[in-house]
Amino acid sequence: MIETGAPASALSAQRDTDAVVVAWRPPSYWPFVVPALVVVLAVIVFPWAFTIWMSLHEWKIGAAPAFSGLANYARLPTDQRFVESVGHTLFYTALSVILPLILGTLAAVLFNTRFPLRGFLRGLFILPMMATPVAIALVWTMMFHPQLGVLNYLLSLVGIPPQLWVFHPTTAIASLVLVETWQWTPLVMLIVLGGLASIPAEPYESAVIDGATPWQIFRYVSAPLIAPFLFIAAMIRMIDAVKSFDIIFAITQGGPGTASETINLYLYSVAFVYYDVGYASAIVVVFFILIIALAGALLLLRQRTHWNDAGGSA
Amino acid sequence: MKNVTVSRRTMLAGSAATGALGLSGLPAYAAELDWKKYAGTTIEVNLIKGPRGDLLQKYAAEFTDLTGIKVGSEVIPEQQQRQKAVIELTSGKPSFDVVHLSYHVQKRQFEKAGWLADLTGFMNDPGLTAPDLRVDDFSAGGLQFAKNDKGEMHSLPWSVDYFILYWNKELFAKKGVELPKTFDEMVAAAEKLNDPANGIYGFVGRGLRNANMTLWTNFFLNYGGEFLDAKGNILTDGPEAIEATKLYQRLLTKTAPPGTAGFNWMESMASLTQGRSAMWIDGVGWAPPVEDPNASRVAGKIGYALVPAGPKGSYSATYGDGIGITQASTKKEAAYLYCQWAVSKTMGARLLQAGGGVPFRSSILNDDAVRKGVKMPPEWLDSVIGSGKISKLGLPVIIPVAEFRDLVGAALTATLSGADPATELKKAHEQFRPILERSEKA
Repeated sequence: MIETGAPASALSAQRDTDAVVVAWRPPSYWPFVVPALVVVLAVIVFPWAFTIWMSLHEWKIGAAPAFSGLANYARLPTDQRFVESVGHTLFYTALSVILPLILGTLAAVLFNTRFPLRGFLRGLFILPMMATPVAIALVWTMMFHPQLGVLNYLLSLVGIPPQLWVFHPTTAIASLVLVETWQWTPLVMLIVLGGLASIPAEPYESAVIDGATPWQIFRYVSAPLIAPFLFIAAMIRMIDAVKSFDIIFAITQGGPGTASETINLYLYSVAFVYYDVGYASAIVVVFFILIIALAGALLLLRQRTHWNDAGGSA
Repeated sequence: MKNVTVSRRTMLAGSAATGALGLSGLPAYAAELDWKKYAGTTIEVNLIKGPRGDLLQKYAAEFTDLTGIKVGSEVIPEQQQRQKAVIELTSGKPSFDVVHLSYHVQKRQFEKAGWLADLTGFMNDPGLTAPDLRVDDFSAGGLQFAKNDKGEMHSLPWSVDYFILYWNKELFAKKGVELPKTFDEMVAAAEKLNDPANGIYGFVGRGLRNANMTLWTNFFLNYGGEFLDAKGNILTDGPEAIEATKLYQRLLTKTAPPGTAGFNWMESMASLTQGRSAMWIDGVGWAPPVEDPNASRVAGKIGYALVPAGPKGSYSATYGDGIGITQASTKKEAAYLYCQWAVSKTMGARLLQAGGGVPFRSSILNDDAVRKGVKMPPEWLDSVIGSGKISKLGLPVIIPVAEFRDLVGAALTATLSGADPATELKKAHEQFRPILERSEKA
């Protein structure tokens, strides 16, 4: 109970001591931070620290880990399979970002215009996105079959000779990208469509008054305004493509040979087929750096675009 | 600790009980053993999905009726089961007492890690082992798989898989081609039978990296190849390997369906069962789907024969499954009864008769009553018994089997796109050697 009749000097002295005591206490909200802190430490910080620790050890499951310094990292550049898998990952990612981006943008522009049954067709278009990747992969594997598959039959109808698709090293990655593109173009379409819907009508009206052609309208009005959405779509696609595993694993398992083996697939083999967890951890660390670098490059590009936008409108 | 001594009374009671089971329509299991000794125990079993794992799961209730032991079994696809088993065993506290293992991949790994219990003592204990289960009843190959360097049995050999030649009699007859007995004859036959314009190919086989090794090693063995020298060095870049690879490349590029570089057994079998390929070399266990009229267009038209001989011999590349008890299990005796039941004459006969595998026990294979019940064509059984006589391990007994299969397998797949066999094998050899050295050093 506070005594209201206490002298002012005594009260201020009381406040001073309070202030001193409070300064020495942890902030009053700290108990509320603990649960989040524990979760972050347990599921993010600890696995990371442990992965780095493992990457510094020669450790095969079944045997005891032995400290080996940077030997696992030194092995990476001399490991031809790893080097090739980096190339495959970049190639696969580039195609899996660019193709859905182009096709998705075109589809968004199309679905942004008014035509009969638009809602129904738009729903139909996004169906692939909802399917389970492994189920899709198994269906596509049958469709790719050189003798029994429907794709070669369709090609034969237009006089194109049969292709080997995922059954030949040179066409394996491109065929896998076909599946990836089929499944993820709708996502890009949805993002870009949202962007198009948010653009105000005035710039278009003034462009029409200024006599711009449809291409000029797209190039100088739509494209700059939807650019931020394209970047977001590109970022999501890139992260998805770089870590893509299910479709590749179910269709080719990285084959023929190692022709479609991405870092993820190789990593899986090293960790869970060869049980070499030390070396696999080193691959994970390098893979993580690669993803950060790719995402950073995209973000930088986005920021620069914003600068230009700001400069252009000023 | 459970009492393992057997009194005369319990013995009699047990015998009477098993006798009664026999009368009640259950198949006979050796009556001399008191199967009920561990009644009330519950054991966990980890099996690989496939005809063998499925068979044990199907008859698990029969085992419970026989022993009073409850069984919780999980059946997982091969690749995932191998990963799960290794990860759980490494943890020291596996969730299962009994584990199904693939000898050709896991023998050395399991032995070196000491994951499986030594069964030698159980096998010599008449209170735990039926008199008909004797070590010398298992074939030599089976014992080679199951015993470690010290001669201890760490698992029971369960089912063997021999490589044989499947041939389409109709296509052979149409072109007037004889069944090949040697590699040269096989190449000639494949070329004669090959008719791509009509979608017919002379030969089909695994081309997919890793999976393809099982076919290739049969060629390698018949060219006189050995996997390891006396010092444990790997020998897969020598002249025998190069010759085997040339044969492999020739058959799969000149006389096989396009796209074999991506074919595993499933795609190869599809080509045979659709009547598109005239010859296929693979494991004996695929006969049931080949002979199933609902799944195959060539049911009843397929012949089964030994893999044609090479210049240095005639072998059948052999792979095998075993069943063992984890060292960490606290119910080893009950688990042992389960393993014994799995390799028993009754269960072995069922496995053979359904064509799902071949028991390692000669008392099963030589039993006329069992042989009469085999649902596959007689030629199939002949090829199985013939292969048993020329069987040779199809993969080296080393720890990094998976790396070996991947690296040499990738070299083989590369030759299907025209790469030079000698160069590719040398490259794979150089990549694999340090891996093997590291694993043996560990």
